[in-house]
Formats: sequence, C-alpha cells, structure tokens
Amino acid sequence: MRRALFLTLLVWQSWTHAATESVALIEAGINTQDAASIQRGAGLFVNYCLSCHKATYMRYNRLTDTGLSEDQIKASLIFDDSTKVGDVMTNGLDPVGAKAMFGVAPPDLSVISRSRGVDWLYTYFLSFYKDESTVTGWNNTLFPNVAMSHVFAAQQGEQVLVIDEEHHSQPQLRLAVEGTMSPDQYKQMIRDLVNYLAFMGEPAAEKRKQIGSVVLIFLILFAFLAWALKREFWKEIH
Amino acid sequence: MMNSLVRWVDERFPLTKMLREHLTEYYAPKNFNFWYFFGALALVVLVIQILSGIFLTMHYKPDAAKAFASVEYIMRDVPLGWLIRYIHSTGASMFFVVVYLHMFRALLYGSYRKPRELLWIFGMIIYLCLMAEAFFGYLLPWGQMSYWGAQVIVNLFGAIPFIGPDLAVWIRGDYVVADATLNRFFAFHVIAVPLALLGLVVAHIISLHEVGSNNPDGIEIKKNKDPKTGKPLDGIPFHPFYTVKDIFGLSVFLIVFAAIVFFAPEMGGYFLEHNNFIPADPLKTPAHIAPVWYFTPFYSILRAVPPMFGSQFPGVLAMGAAVAILFALPWLDKSPVRSIRYRGGVYKVWLALFVISFLLLGYLGVEPTNVWGQFGAWLDGADRATVVARICTAIYFLFFILMPFYTKREKTKPEPTRVTS
Repeated sequence: MRRALFLTLLVWQSWTHAATESVALIEAGINTQDAASIQRGAGLFVNYCLSCHKATYMRYNRLTDTGLSEDQIKASLIFDDSTKVGDVMTNGLDPVGAKAMFGVAPPDLSVISRSRGVDWLYTYFLSFYKDESTVTGWNNTLFPNVAMSHVFAAQQGEQVLVIDEEHHSQPQLRLAVEGTMSPDQYKQMIRDLVNYLAFMGEPAAEKRKQIGSVVLIFLILFAFLAWALKREFWKEIH
Repeated sequence: MMNSLVRWVDERFPLTKMLREHLTEYYAPKNFNFWYFFGALALVVLVIQILSGIFLTMHYKPDAAKAFASVEYIMRDVPLGWLIRYIHSTGASMFFVVVYLHMFRALLYGSYRKPRELLWIFGMIIYLCLMAEAFFGYLLPWGQMSYWGAQVIVNLFGAIPFIGPDLAVWIRGDYVVADATLNRFFAFHVIAVPLALLGLVVAHIISLHEVGSNNPDGIEIKKNKDPKTGKPLDGIPFHPFYTVKDIFGLSVFLIVFAAIVFFAPEMGGYFLEHNNFIPADPLKTPAHIAPVWYFTPFYSILRAVPPMFGSQFPGVLAMGAAVAILFALPWLDKSPVRSIRYRGGVYKVWLALFVISFLLLGYLGVEPTNVWGQFGAWLDGADRATVVARICTAIYFLFFILMPFYTKREKTKPEPTRVTS
C-alpha cells in the first residue's frame, strides 16, 4: 500500500515537472530512398555500434530490401561464421555484465529511430565534446553525462565546450583537434548511419508508402463512383 | 431458386421482416447532413477494429517478457503485419474521432431529447466501454507509455478513500503493473469489452429504430404521415437512399484513414507515441507521461483540480463527474426546441464556449503544465496552463449545470412543421 502511494506521488511529480529539451535539434536531412546511404550506414552500424548495442528485432537479410543480395550481406556485414544471414543482429554481451561495465546496459537500437527521432540521433552524434571529468573522457550537450564514449572521435576529432553566455543561450562546441574527416564528411557519415537506423526502425516504411499510393488512387476513384451512384439515386428526392 | 430459399428461411427466421424493418422500410428523415455520417462510420470502424484485432491476436503474445518483441515481430516478420497493426492503431484513434463528432451532432440537434433518452444512455455506455477498450488495449504493446499510462490510471482508483489501495492491487493483480496486469487487460481487451460493445451497439440501433432518427431540424417526421400509405412524408427508406449516401461518406472517410495508415501512422506521435517504442521499464519513470489524445480533455480536468487534504481524490472525482454528467444531458436541457437552428443565441454561445474549452483541455492534456510558462508574482507564479485548464474545467461543468436555466429562458425561433433542406 505504501509502495502504491509512493508510486502515485512519483508519477504525480513527473506530471507537474516535465523535462524540456535544452538543446535545439538539427535536422538530419536523410533521404530514406537512398539505398546506398542505408547500406553505408549498415556497414557503420555493424562495425561501430553492434559490439555493445544489439538490434534484436532486425534480421541481417532484411537488408535485401535495400537491394543487397544475401551473399553480399554475408560477405560485408557478418563477421563470424556462426551467424546466419537470417539471424537478428546481436552480440555476446550479457546485459548484467554490460551494466557493470558501462553503468547502464546499452539499449537495443532496433527501434531507436522511432523513440528518439532521426533529428535527435543526428544531433546526438554532433554533440560530443571532450570532458575529463567523466569516466569515458567524453560528454554530450544533448545527452549530458551519457555513458557512451564518442566512438567516432577519430573521424570527427575533438570538440570542446565553449561557455559564452553573453552571446549564446545554448552551449557552443568548437572543434579543437581535427579528425580524419572534414566536418562535412563527418556529417555525411552520420547521416548515413542515421538513415540506416531509420530503416531499421521500420523496414517496411518504403513499401508502406508504395502500397499507400495505389490504395489512395483506388479509393479516390471509388469515392467518385460512390458519389455518382448517390447522385443518381437521390435525383428523385426533393 | 433464390426466392424459394428466402421463403424457406422466412418460415423459420424473420429475415425479410428484419430487412424491411431496419433497412428498406425504415424511414429516415430526408434532410440528413454532414453530421449524420458518423454513426454509420463508427459501426464500420468497430468492424475494422474487430477484424484487424483478430489477426493481431494470432501473432501477439500477452506476456510481459514477450509482448513488446511480439509487436515488433508483427511489424517485421508477419506478412503485411505492419499494415494490420497500423490499421488497428489508427482505427483506435479514428474511433474516437468519429464518436466525438457523432456525440457533437447530438448536441447540435438535440438528438438526446425525449423520446431518445435511452438511445443517448446506450450511446454513453458505448462511449464508456470504448474508453475501457482503448485503455486496456493501450497496455498491450508494453512500451513505456503503455506501462506508465496504465500505472497512472490504475493509481487513480488507488486515490479513492479507504478502499482505494486495495482496489488498485485488485485491478492490477500485483503491487505494480506487471505480467498479471497485462494478461487480464488482454482478456478484457479481446473478449470482455468487445462482447459488451457489440451487445450495446445492437441495443443502440434497435432503440434508434424504435423511436426513429432525429434530424437537423429537430422535429418529428412521424407527425406528418401520408394519409394513404401511413409513411412519413419527410422520410425516405434507409435502403437504398442512405446506404448509397453512406457508401460515399465511407469512401471519403477511408481516404483519410488510408492516408494516415500509409503515410503518417504515428500522426506525429499522437496516434503512436514516441516513448512507446521503448520497452516498458518499471524502474524508469518517463519525464512526461501523457495519455493518448482522446483521453486528454478528462486528464486535464484531473490535473486542474488541486489535491485537497493530501489526497488526489477530488481530481479523480472531477474527472469521473465530467463523463458522468453527460448521462444527465436529456434531463438538463429544458429548451422548447431541439435543434440549434431554432435555439436562441444563449445556447449557441454556451455550446461554443463548451467546445473551445473541451478542445483546449484536450490540447493542454498532452502538454506538461509549464507549457505556457508562469504568471507573475501577482498570481504566486502559477502555471498559466493550469489556470487556463481550471477556467476551462469550470466552463465544462457550468455548460451542464446551468443548462436547465439558460435553455428554459432563452428566446427560441418557431420550428417548421416540415423538414427544411
């Protein structure tokens, strides 16, 4: 009974004090019809994300929807022999051990694009900065004190936080150490990754829109016929 | 061949008789307008929900450990499973869209007035069942919003004095929303409530056909019958006239429905909330819990009432009363006329205020209370949204409580004897 009351209060609190986003999101500007971009993103995903994160609802061979063959998927995206092309994307990490290692179990990323939104994901990867006070040495303006390290530090370089409350209400980041990529190249790479995450969030999305167009055309023609039929019947009603 | 088969059936079951009574010789006023599409549409949506629900049930697993994954399985591995799921999720919201418009129609034309009080009561019980159905169904995907939404609503029962906490445990079957809760909500969602809904819809329609349909003029077409045939002069057979008209209405509705299903199934987070793509986590309360849009007017009323004596019960009571007061509508309205066409300006102003308040409450219910910032020190820095919600709540209730007075006194226009176009 106490517990129920406590929970009620807890929830009540969260009603009245809702958190608001402090950092403005940057538009990801992905093109979900760009199959090559999704494929490049899939490559980034299995190389950089999959060692810690899982995507337990995503089967490798779903990427055939982007035009890859199963052999291509096996050759370029699957690195161990025990994984079959019809398997879901997972890793050997057990959640309890992962929690001990990172402080929090890395979330499953299958539908992360649907819970966070693509703009959030894009902004997130542009918002890492060097911060020696954290365990990983990295922090993030969009996700303060995030447990994840900056996995693309080599490509992006090192950003630092600039506090300039006089001119900017939001925290500013400055590139202090250049990476192997130019800022534009880096943004394009992140766009590819986010495009893949969006694809993984709802692999049927493109097919949905294709079928939808046909259904709508049919319904519009049908509505016209129904209207003509109605008019014919109602001629005699005054 | 066909005729003899029909005769064979008719000798054993009133088939032709029923078709006559409810379709070919059910006389409906000929002046139905736009607002009269939504009853038939609600029936269609009910059928859509039952059919799509059957297919979802074939693949869904009502198990706290498997539910979220089984929904994603439907979205990915079941052939056209995504379509079935989006039809069902869109149908849930569209059900409330058409039902709210259907109810608003009754407010416009006084469709709840004598002799249609029981018709209105059946409709209200259907609305209650629909809310229960939506609430139970929303837990099933087992996302964060499913989980915490259910937690919040069940805790409302916990706020009832004395029996509340035990009642909440009894509803959940556990101390928190858990596997037991999911299983029983599944049972309610797929069989108990739909069964009740179907029965009530039958009662609603039988009652409608007993008293006959109201119309935009709010006058009885049965008062003017053809002396020879005994049929209402302003009535036309439901079939074929309203069946063809409703097919047209349905096709326009389906265009909207399909546009959502195929091009915006999340409806910007209103039909499918973003946080519900995070699996339920009993240890992590989301920063902002908002119910789905169709509950938000009542949720706003709940939030608008401040806790009294350290209890949230007054808010819960207000929310319950906001729904319950609708039942009394047929007896609150004392106007000599039914339709808004012949009512005076006072009712029109009240109805407009009521609709604006309802929509504002609905909007505020999806937003956190600090959405509009705070007033200055002169109001103790109160949240603007909360103050507005309180004013809207007051208008919501005053619309009903004062109705006997302002409808009795207002100056009305004379009703015509025959329906106008």
